[in-house]
Amino acid sequence: MSFLTLSQVGKSFGGPPVVDQVSLEVPRGEFFSLLGPSGCGKTTLLRMIAGFETPDSGTIAIDGEVMNRVPPHLRPTNMVFQSYAIFPHLNVFDNIAYGLRKLKLPKDSLRARIDSMLATVRLEGLGQRAADQLSGGQRQRVALARALVREPKILLLDEPLGALDKRLREAMQIELRALQRKVGITFVLVTHDQEEALSLSDRVGVMEGGKILQIAAPRELYERPACRAVADFIGEINFFHATLREIGGESFTVNAGVLGILQLPVANLAPGIEPGDHILLAIRPEHVVFAREGLAGEIAAATFLGERSHFHVRISGRNEPVAVSSAAPPSGTVHLQFPPEHMVGLPIDT
Amino acid sequence: MKHRALSIYAFAYLAFLYVPVLVLPVFSFNNSEFIAFPLSGFTTRWYAGLADDSAMLHALANSLKVATVTALLSTMLGLSAAKAVTHNRLKGAGAALGFISLPLFIPDIVLGISLLLLLGATGLPLSLAAVVLGHLLVCVPFALTVLIARFEGFDRNLEEASTDLGENGWMTFWRVTFPLMLPGIVASLLLTFITSFDEFLIAYFLSGTEATLPIYIWGQLRFPERLPMVLALGALILTASVGLVILAEYLRNLGAKKPMVGA
Repeated sequence: MSFLTLSQVGKSFGGPPVVDQVSLEVPRGEFFSLLGPSGCGKTTLLRMIAGFETPDSGTIAIDGEVMNRVPPHLRPTNMVFQSYAIFPHLNVFDNIAYGLRKLKLPKDSLRARIDSMLATVRLEGLGQRAADQLSGGQRQRVALARALVREPKILLLDEPLGALDKRLREAMQIELRALQRKVGITFVLVTHDQEEALSLSDRVGVMEGGKILQIAAPRELYERPACRAVADFIGEINFFHATLREIGGESFTVNAGVLGILQLPVANLAPGIEPGDHILLAIRPEHVVFAREGLAGEIAAATFLGERSHFHVRISGRNEPVAVSSAAPPSGTVHLQFPPEHMVGLPIDT
Repeated sequence: MKHRALSIYAFAYLAFLYVPVLVLPVFSFNNSEFIAFPLSGFTTRWYAGLADDSAMLHALANSLKVATVTALLSTMLGLSAAKAVTHNRLKGAGAALGFISLPLFIPDIVLGISLLLLLGATGLPLSLAAVVLGHLLVCVPFALTVLIARFEGFDRNLEEASTDLGENGWMTFWRVTFPLMLPGIVASLLLTFITSFDEFLIAYFLSGTEATLPIYIWGQLRFPERLPMVLALGALILTASVGLVILAEYLRNLGAKKPMVGA
């Protein structure tokens, strides 16, 4: 049963659509991310769920209730803003208590609730701290606490880690994931950082040009991208032009030029491709293998990355070097092998 | 040498600015009806005389009424306009801002005459209310300038965050916008109050039989023997005005030090 349902949601600000016929279903308790480059419409989509923007078309429903006409202050959502938007004239305690005014809690139970929230986000004892005396990471926690204390049905996060430095960001990723498991609230996060989306989320929706290109679990997104844009956006990948020859019961056959004739598992072929079509074969750098025999090439560039090294290998009959990521540094002339089970067939356009 | 010349220039300039103003308090304590050196002894009788001058007190009360109402109205109008211009993607905001500020560049005497003609044409009586309307024209631009400057450092997400946390527009204004804008609002109130309180030309044309303080002072200048009392009054107004301006600046700086953004 879907908890957050978007159907055919569209929005434009007078020009081309910023969000284009997006449909989306998020089950209760899921950590869902919208991933895409800046300007892809992901933030607009999030703001429509929060109620700050009104969709031109389509419906947004939360827990079975259509939200289109519900103003933001009456929606069961809360948001962590990219700028955190901590109220500068209030201390930490009053920031977190801000959204609880209408509950008219007695003083001591309000205090208890806020203290337990402070503990949840690991800000114990900082209740009286002024807003302008907080570090970046603390501001982020206050923003989280202020939203979570209202026990929203859905927590919306707009690039919540974007303002933090790299080390703090990695620490907060782990915390954020743990926090979501602990409170069990549905999270919808917007980010342009693919690593962040993949490491945090149960499922990721990749957006470009206002459309959702693919919704899948991180591993599937990485291993079986549905189109070139998704494959390109998430991690590095090698593309080879090929022609689909035939599709059998368990495998399909392609003529892949320099790679020769290959047989690939049929599960690795994107839908909607027919024999005779030109397609792209995609393979991740870490799946290309250095071997004793195979496609001969020469190392054009090598980057030492610690555990693994990254190589660019030139092969004849192809302008672009092949990206290979490997633990074992080869020497002299190298031979490359492309395991068919790790190659994905994608439509050539998009 | 060059540095020295500049210092002399700076002192001369300040003297030019403030010596005439200082003549006011000096002669207001002078025990003579004639405004001339040498001074002929210290007295406070001009100040004491002020308290008994019922016409003056009436004019002072009128000025305080007009200035208070003008300050409140122009700050409210300025606040709405400043919020609209800075927070909404409004079409024609620049043009609207220009037109609101235009009265600053129209000579007050022209404004006064045109308002007088307008009142005459519409049959509305000359009154303190008419003075307030005239003063709004010159005070709203001041309020707007002060408030826009304050709004520009204001993270719009703060108001959205408040809405997101369950407060409607009205409560968001009182819980977030107003407290954060308060230094700007106070500065605007003080500035527009002084502008209205000191204003002569527009009030002269529109006040009818109810004199404001500047008009009363103007009237007194015809009687040489009343001049020392006018000087005493002038000195008091000067002191109060300077005090208010210093207070306004102090509050403005106090506000400017506090960060306005949530990040």
